[in-house]
Amino acid sequence: MRYAMAVDTRKCVGCGDCVVACQTENNVPLGYARDWIVEIVKGSYPNTLKVHFESRRCHHCDDPPCVRVCPTGASHIVEGGIVKVTPEECIGCGACIEACPYEARYFHPDGYVDKCTFCDHRVKNGQDPACVEVCPTHCLIFGDLDDPESPVSKVLKEREYYTLAPDAGTHPNLFFLK
Amino acid sequence: MKEYLIVSGRDINILYPHVNVWGFGIPLYLFIGGLAAGILIFATLFYLMGKDKEFPVTVKIATIVPPLIIALGLLFLIGDLRHKPFFWQLLTHFRLQSPMNWGAWTLTIVFILSLLWPLSFIDDMIEYFQQHNRKKWANAFIWIKNLIEKVRIFKVIVDWFTKNRKAFAIITLIFSIILGIYTGILLSTMNARPLWNTPILGLLFLTSGISTATVTIMWITDNEIERRLFTKIDFYTIILEMYLIFQLFFNLAQGPEIQVKTAQLFFGGEFTAIFWALFVMLGLVVPWILEILELKGFHVPVAVPAFLILYGGLVFRYIMVYAGEISSFLPSPTILH
Amino acid sequence: MKEITRRDFIKITSAGLIGAAISKPVFNFIPPFLQKDHTPPLESELTKSPTVCDICFWKCAGWAWKDKKGNIVKLTGNHLDPHSNGRLCPRGTGGLGAYYDTDRLKRPLIRVGKPGSQKFKEATWDEAFDYIVDKMKQIEAKYGREAMALFMHGTTGPHFEYLWEAYGSQTYAEPAIAQCLVSREVGFIATFGQGLGSPEPTDTRNTKCLVLIGNHIGENMHNGHVQEMSAAIDHGATIITVDPRFSTAAAHSKYWLPIKPGTDIALLLAWMHVIIYEDLYDKDYVQKNTYGFDYLKDHVKNFTPEWAATITTLDPNLIRKTAYEMAKAAPAVIIHPGRHTAWYGDDTQRERAIAILNALLGSWGRRGGFYLPEKVDLPKFPHPPFPEPRWSWRTITTDKFKYAIAGVTNVLIDHSLPEYDGPYKIKGWFVVATNLIQSIPDQQKTIRALQNQDLVVVVDILPTEITGYADVILPEATYLERYDLIRNNHHRTPNLALRAPAVEPKYETKPGWWIARELGIRLGLEKYYPWKTIEEVLDWQLRQVGTSLEEMLKVGVKHFDRKTPLYIPDGVNWPFPTNTGKIELYSTDLAAMGYDPMPVYKKHEDPPAGYLRLIYGRVPMHSFGRTINNPYLNELRSENHLWVHPKVAKLMGLENGQEVWLENQDGKVSSFAVKVRITERIRPDSVYLPHGFGQKSKLLHRAYGRGALDNELITKVNLDPITGSTGMRSNFVKILTSKPQKANS
Repeated sequence: MRYAMAVDTRKCVGCGDCVVACQTENNVPLGYARDWIVEIVKGSYPNTLKVHFESRRCHHCDDPPCVRVCPTGASHIVEGGIVKVTPEECIGCGACIEACPYEARYFHPDGYVDKCTFCDHRVKNGQDPACVEVCPTHCLIFGDLDDPESPVSKVLKEREYYTLAPDAGTHPNLFFLK
Repeated sequence: MKEYLIVSGRDINILYPHVNVWGFGIPLYLFIGGLAAGILIFATLFYLMGKDKEFPVTVKIATIVPPLIIALGLLFLIGDLRHKPFFWQLLTHFRLQSPMNWGAWTLTIVFILSLLWPLSFIDDMIEYFQQHNRKKWANAFIWIKNLIEKVRIFKVIVDWFTKNRKAFAIITLIFSIILGIYTGILLSTMNARPLWNTPILGLLFLTSGISTATVTIMWITDNEIERRLFTKIDFYTIILEMYLIFQLFFNLAQGPEIQVKTAQLFFGGEFTAIFWALFVMLGLVVPWILEILELKGFHVPVAVPAFLILYGGLVFRYIMVYAGEISSFLPSPTILH
Repeated sequence: MKEITRRDFIKITSAGLIGAAISKPVFNFIPPFLQKDHTPPLESELTKSPTVCDICFWKCAGWAWKDKKGNIVKLTGNHLDPHSNGRLCPRGTGGLGAYYDTDRLKRPLIRVGKPGSQKFKEATWDEAFDYIVDKMKQIEAKYGREAMALFMHGTTGPHFEYLWEAYGSQTYAEPAIAQCLVSREVGFIATFGQGLGSPEPTDTRNTKCLVLIGNHIGENMHNGHVQEMSAAIDHGATIITVDPRFSTAAAHSKYWLPIKPGTDIALLLAWMHVIIYEDLYDKDYVQKNTYGFDYLKDHVKNFTPEWAATITTLDPNLIRKTAYEMAKAAPAVIIHPGRHTAWYGDDTQRERAIAILNALLGSWGRRGGFYLPEKVDLPKFPHPPFPEPRWSWRTITTDKFKYAIAGVTNVLIDHSLPEYDGPYKIKGWFVVATNLIQSIPDQQKTIRALQNQDLVVVVDILPTEITGYADVILPEATYLERYDLIRNNHHRTPNLALRAPAVEPKYETKPGWWIARELGIRLGLEKYYPWKTIEEVLDWQLRQVGTSLEEMLKVGVKHFDRKTPLYIPDGVNWPFPTNTGKIELYSTDLAAMGYDPMPVYKKHEDPPAGYLRLIYGRVPMHSFGRTINNPYLNELRSENHLWVHPKVAKLMGLENGQEVWLENQDGKVSSFAVKVRITERIRPDSVYLPHGFGQKSKLLHRAYGRGALDNELITKVNLDPITGSTGMRSNFVKILTSKPQKANS
C-alpha cells in the first residue's frame, strides 16, 4: 500500500474547496489550513501568458525528513505511507517544520505540530480524503500506487507530471499533472 | 515566473514569507553547546596528557563554566518548545536518526559529566581561589564541599567519579566532541534548507565552538604560558574556520541552482553585510590579527580578541539559523488573504 | 508475511538498524488529563439531514452532518443532486460559517429616535410585528396597499411574495433580475421563445467547443457548470474565452481573446459573418428551424473580421480561426449566454447575438449544445384568489422597458424618491435578504429613497449596511435552521430537493416562512394561511407528485421521469414558442416594440484620459457581499485586490501590495483602501476589482473595511431600453496613491 495524490493543473480553478472541506472534516482551527492553493503566473500579456493552480498539502514522502528529525517519534509513518503526528508525543520543537521543504507543517494553536493526514480515518474506511471527494473540478486523484488499477496509478501512467523540490531527496507522493 | 501566490489565505506566520520557527533560543543553545563542548575537550585532553599541573585553568578552573551554561542552554531549549506540557517525551524516546533527540541525550549526559568534573577537583579549586585571593569563589566551593560531605549520595558519586577520573575523562572527551559536532549536525540534517544541508556544517560548528572555548580559557587564565598557548591554538583554529567557510561557499557555488541561489544570500543578498562585516571581519579577522600581534610580542588586552571571538561565534550561529530558514527549495509566496 | 519494501529498506539503512530497532519510547505513559481524541468522526458516527444550500442561487442539495452533541460539523453534497453531483463548492462547504457567525442578527430590533440614527432597541417578535402592522396600516390609509414595496432575494423571497400578493400589492422586484440576468432571458426569449432559467441548460459535459464571453466559470462557482467544464476539459473540448482579463477559464482555454471591453457585439457579428459567408452554418437546421436568415445574412454582410478587428483590438485571423473551431464542433458547441449580463445597456442585443450564433451553429436542443430542460409539475398549495392591486410593478415598468419580465429595482427606487410626485408613489420598503445599498448601483440614490420612506423593514441574517436604515430589523434563521419551499429547478431530469432544518434556529431568529405567515395573520390575511407549519404545505405538495415529506427527509433529492425529449429529435418539426413558431434570427417581437430586430454594434464610451475601465467579477470563494463575513470563507479571502497591468503600475510607480484608493468619473471615491496586485492577467486599459468586499457595516467584524467596494464606484448606470437591465461597466476609475480626504477611513 502506497497512497499518493495527483493534482490535475489543467483543471484546478483554485477555488479553495479542498481547503474548507479539510477544515470542516478535520476540525482544523480557523487561521490555519492543512492544504492550500498556489497560483503561478508565467509569461506575458497577451500571447505567452500561462496561469496554473496547485492544490498543495503534505507530500507524504517516501523518505520523509520530518519523520527522520523528529526527536520523539511523534512524526511517524502509518499504513500506506501516510505521515502522521501524534499530538501527545510531540514536544513542539519545530525540527520537522524546518526539515520539510513543502511548508506542510505548522504549530496547532495547542502547541503540537499539525498537518495533512491524507484523511487516513476516511481512507481506512474505504473513502477518499475529504479534499478529493469535494473537489468540484475532479482535479484531485487519490489512490494506491502499488495497485496498477488505482486511479492515481493510471493517471500517472497516462499523463506527464512533475513533483516539487525533487532535489530535496524526499521522494514525494504528491504529483502535479501537466 | 511573474507571480507566485497563495490564493487560499493560509497566513501562517511561522511559514510565510519564510520559515521562522527557531528564534532566539536555538542559536544561543547551539552557541552554548559549542562553547561547553570546547572547554570540556580541552580540559579532558590536557588532563589525559597529564598536564593538569601545568594548565590548572584549562583542566580545572575553566570547567566551572560548562555546567552553568549548559543548564542555561537546556532552559533555552525547553523555552523554545511549543508543546511544553509534553517536553518530557524528549527523554522517553531514543532515536538515533534524530539529531534533536540524541543531541538532547548528549547534552544531558555532558551536563552530568560537566557537573562532576569540577567537583572532582574541588580541593584544588578551593586552594586555587585562596591562592588567587578570590575569597567569594573559595567560600562558594567550601560551601559546596560541605554540602557534598553532608549528603551521602553526593559524596559517593563524587568519590566514585574522582576515583575513575581517567575513564570519565575519556568518556567526557568523546561526548564533548559529539556535542560539538551535533550543534552543526542539527542543522545539516534538514533536507529542506539548502544552506544547512551540507556535511561541512558539523565540522564548522565544532571548530567555531573550539575557538570560543579557546578564547574563554585565554581570557580566564592568569598564567602567561597558558595564555600564549591558547592564543596560538586559536590562531590556527581561526585559519581552519576560515578555510571551512570558504569550502562551504565553494560547495554551494558548485551545487545545483538552488544552492547557488542560497550562496547569493551572502553575496549581494540580505546577509551580505552582516555576515562579512559583523562576523568575518569583526568576529574572525580582527581578533586573528590581534592574536598575531599578541604572539609577536605586542601587548593586546586579552579581553578584546576574546570578546570578539565569542561575539562572532554567537553572531555566526544566529546568521546560520536565520539564513538557513530563509533558504528554501520553493519560492517565497505572496499571500492573498 | 510482510515483504520489505523499498521504503522499509531506505528507512533501515538511513536510520541504522539500532536506531530503527529502538525508536519506540522507553516508556510511554501519558497522563489521562493530557490525552485527547484527535481522530475526526466518520460519517457513520454522525447523523445527517437534507438541505439545499443558500449561499448562492445555484441551490445545491446536500447533507448537514451533526455530531452526537447535535452540532453541525460539516456539509457535503447529495450524490443524487444534478446541481452538485455530490460535491458542494467552497461556499457550500463553508456554508456552516453562516450558521456559526457570531455577528448574526440575533433578535428583532426597533429603531429608537429619528430615522438614520442607527440606534435600536431589542424587541420581542410581537412588538416588532405590532410596529410594522401599525405603520403599514397608516401607509395603506394614506397611499394604498400598493405603496408598500417588497424587495427580495433568494429562497426566502417567495414566502414574502406570497404575503404581498395576499396583501394586495404587486409592487415588488428582485434585484437579482435587472442587475443580473434579465437581458439574457429576454434575448433568448426573443430568439427561441424561452429563457434559460437556472441552472442554464448548457450541455457542457458533452460539448466539443465552449465559448465564454466575459463569463468566468471557475471564478463564478456555478457548481454544476464548473464540474461540467472540467469534464469537457477531460475529453479534450476546445475552450475559447473572450475576456479583457486572463480569467481562470482563460488559463484553461485553447484561445484567449483579450477583447477591448464593450465591443463584444462587433466580435459576435464578425463571427456570424464568417460562419454565414464561409458557409459554415448548419444549413439543414437553419432552414428547418429559423426565421429571417436572409435578413440576417444581409445584415452581417459588411461585418468582416477585419472590420471587427479595428473595434475589438483582436487579431482578425484569431477571429476567423475561432469561428472555424466553433463550426468544426457544431452542433456540439456552446456560445455560453453567461449569467450576470447587465454590462453596457445594450445587453439584450448582445445576448440576442449570442442566441443567433448558437442558432446558426444548430446547438439549441442538440447534444453538446443546449439540452431541453424539464422540471416537475409541482402544484401550489391551494389558496383563495389574490386581490387585484390598482397598480403594480408592471404599470410603472413596461411603459419604459417594453420587454421587462420582472420588476426593475431601479424603477421602484425612482418611485420612492422625494422628487417623484406621480400617482404611483412608494412609501414603505420591505427588504428581504438583499443589501440594496450594495447590490444596486448609485448608492446615494438608494439612500435618498430609503430616507423618504414611512416604514423600512429589513429581514436578514446579517447586520448588512441596509439594516442601518431600517425602522425594524427582523432576524431570519439561516438555511440550516429552516424549511423552505421545495426546490424545483429544471434540469436534464426533473427533480425535487428538500431543505429541512438541521438544527433549531439559534438566538431568537425565525424562518422566513414563519415571519411572513405571522405578519400575514396580523394583517388580517388568515384565510391565506390555513396551515400552521410549512411541513403541511410541503407534504401536501409532495404527495401530489407521488412522494412525501417523510421520503424527502430520507433522500433529500428525488428524480422523476422526463415527459419530453432531452434533445430535439431528428426529423421532427420542433415548435418554438415564438410568434413565427421558429427560432427568430429576426425578432418580430423586438421589431413590433420598435427596437432593432437584429443586433447592431454601437460604440460605448472609452475611459477618459487618466482613467481605467472598472471591471468587476467574482472570487470563487465568495458569492456576494453576504459571504465575506463567513468565518470559513473570510479565511480563504478577506479582502480584494485591484488588478493592475504592469505597464500601468510602472507608469504610476505602483508596487505590489501597495494600498490605493479609487476615484470614479463622477468624483466618487472608494471608502477604503485596496491593495494593488500587479499582474499580466489584465488589459492595460482596465482594472479588475473582485466584487463584494469593502463592507461598510461595522457590525460585520471580519468584512468591515477590508478592500474596496466596486458598487460604490458604479454611479453611472446604462439602462437597457428593452428590459431595464442596469448596465454597470461604463464606469471608469483613477488610482489615488495617497489617502483622499473624501474617504471615510
